[in-house]
Amino acid sequence: MANRIQFENSCDVGVFSKLTNAYCLVAIGGSESFYSAFEAELADVIPVVKTSIAGTRIIGRLCAGNKNGLLLPHNTTDQELQHLRNSLPDQVVVQRIDERLSALGNCIACNDHVALTHTDLDRETEEMIADVLGVEVFRQTIAGNILVGSYCAFSNKGALVHPHTSVEDMNELATLLQVPVSAGSVNRGSEVIGAGLTVNDWTAFCGSDTTATELNVIETAFQLKPAQPSAIVDEMRKSLIDSYV
Amino acid sequence: MPVSRNTAAMAEEAGMFVVPQTVGTVLCCKCGIPMAPNAANMCVKCLRSEVDITEGLQKHVIIMHCPECNSYLQPPRTWIKAQLESKELLTFCVKRLKNLNKVRLVHAEFIWTEPHSKRIKVKLKVQKEVLNGAILEQSYVVEYVQQEHMCESCSRVQANPDQWVAAVQLRQHVSHRRTFFYLEQLILKHGAAASAIKIKQMEQVEICPICREDLICLPLKVAASLGNLGPLVICTKVTNSIALLDPLTLRISYLDADQYWRLPFKSLLTSRQLVEYIVLDVEIISSEVNVGGSKYVLADAQVARVSDFGRNDTIFNIRTHLGHLLNPGDYALGYDLYGANSNDIEIEKHKGLVIPEVILIRKSYEEKRQKKRGKPRAWKLKSLDMEVDDKNRTDQEKINSEYEQFLKDLEENPELRFNISLYRNKDYQPSEMTSVADGDEVPSIPLDELLADLDLSEAEAEAEDEDDEMRE
Repeated sequence: MANRIQFENSCDVGVFSKLTNAYCLVAIGGSESFYSAFEAELADVIPVVKTSIAGTRIIGRLCAGNKNGLLLPHNTTDQELQHLRNSLPDQVVVQRIDERLSALGNCIACNDHVALTHTDLDRETEEMIADVLGVEVFRQTIAGNILVGSYCAFSNKGALVHPHTSVEDMNELATLLQVPVSAGSVNRGSEVIGAGLTVNDWTAFCGSDTTATELNVIETAFQLKPAQPSAIVDEMRKSLIDSYV
Repeated sequence: MPVSRNTAAMAEEAGMFVVPQTVGTVLCCKCGIPMAPNAANMCVKCLRSEVDITEGLQKHVIIMHCPECNSYLQPPRTWIKAQLESKELLTFCVKRLKNLNKVRLVHAEFIWTEPHSKRIKVKLKVQKEVLNGAILEQSYVVEYVQQEHMCESCSRVQANPDQWVAAVQLRQHVSHRRTFFYLEQLILKHGAAASAIKIKQMEQVEICPICREDLICLPLKVAASLGNLGPLVICTKVTNSIALLDPLTLRISYLDADQYWRLPFKSLLTSRQLVEYIVLDVEIISSEVNVGGSKYVLADAQVARVSDFGRNDTIFNIRTHLGHLLNPGDYALGYDLYGANSNDIEIEKHKGLVIPEVILIRKSYEEKRQKKRGKPRAWKLKSLDMEVDDKNRTDQEKINSEYEQFLKDLEENPELRFNISLYRNKDYQPSEMTSVADGDEVPSIPLDELLADLDLSEAEAEAEDEDDEMRE
């Protein structure tokens, strides 16, 4: 299921949160409703942690992570690092890295197996990503944009990319990620997918401007629909055919 | 992305392998139909329902139409002749729309309407950038309501053909045209008519009715404010101020426009009422006095009216300021206060005022001029290109005589000539007959004051340049 939420009147929920299969980070906001939306959906499965990174609320754009690890920019304070290490599960490696491009969330897009990165990242950073997150790293662009983290979002089930991505690029991305890739928009036609959407394998959160059509595209892309109607029919057909025959 | 497309084209030219780029389809974010991605990621229909680019554009316009000459008012005051459904009318209609610069106009066409409906409909197609760079095209109809309003020239023809438009209207409530003859020359000299054309609003200027050589009885207040001048004074000069001379004391005072209009007064007698006198005797009682740039000598004189001469023995013993000009036997012009029947209120307010019987104004050269009558002058004046009201042709005689009087004034008064341009008369041949026996010649204008005339074919601007050169 995909949820439509808002962070203090802003629809860019991907900026203020980071959702993975093992944990969820939420920015410290004036209103509790953003946090409680995540809490309601995730509390009994994964920890939802309120935090700031480098003293800012734009945590989704500053950090990159999956179920294996979390990468933090060099300007993260020691207290924040300590707080995250304490809050996250023990198997998640929290690592601060010394990268010039400190908005790691914009430069890195990853699921639990593959990461796409900005083309200009350091070689050490690339190695660190591979080690900490346990992924294969590919330097990529999305529809000509080098900020891959901003213009795409993907989980282990699917991927949503910038609407202007060509068919050939989408095929290439599908080969790299080993998941179906579709093009779409969030927040009523916005093409910054990474900012408007945060997703893991079983749930997604997007900005409240997102239309029903876009929500449908997202749910289809990330296979979030509770039960396909065809599946029900298939199940029923079995029993029907059983009794009929 | 146009940039990447360009780089792709360049790479292809360089013989590099380029991955072909096929534009994919996305679902419209509102209605969900598949479409090529655009900047708003919304299909055209949804985009159109979302934003109205014709918002804030005028859909109803009122235009002024002159039914007489079938023209349309282009504010502020230009009238454009245009037929219905013509290109000119379309241009006019489109130009009348405000805010059209906020959108890009792509197409405009008329929708046919009944001519009697006084409606013009124009269909416009406009483009505008909306929602992060998507360009939307939309057509809409503007209805123009024609309001009938006669244009200025037509209404002038219809109402009263005797009106005319002036940038500056000058009015003076006097019985003669002297001031206007003088102003005409001033306007010519300074090219004021050419520079006045650009003025938008009409000015009306009233010229004070006091003229040179008028006899004035000053109201009590004015006389007091001028240090008990007069009260019987002569106006000797009118510029931006009025020069008033007391002929009995040779005191001169100036009144500027501000002072005059605060307490306006009229003249007691004007130059048309001048009477000719013959001077019988002059006795100078003071030395030459220079007041306000001109010389005067106070004198006692014995004069008699020319009309009385030989009929009766009425002789006036008077005091005059023209002692330096007058000799026994001369003719002089003056106001006959003895015979005048004035009903001026002001004069009665001055208690104990002794009114002199005659006030002489200037020396008369009428007798001497008799000889020269009919001969052309050595000089002439240009005249302003004027529209003249043809209806009042009857008093052409009067105009001519007044003009002649004005020319004589110019001859007698170098001060008056100072500001105007005189031109050499080509037709004039000086006669050898001119006798110089008389010391007291009729005043004329020295030849070196004259400007060579110009050919009429020459442009006005050049003419003025030439004038300037000659003056130097």
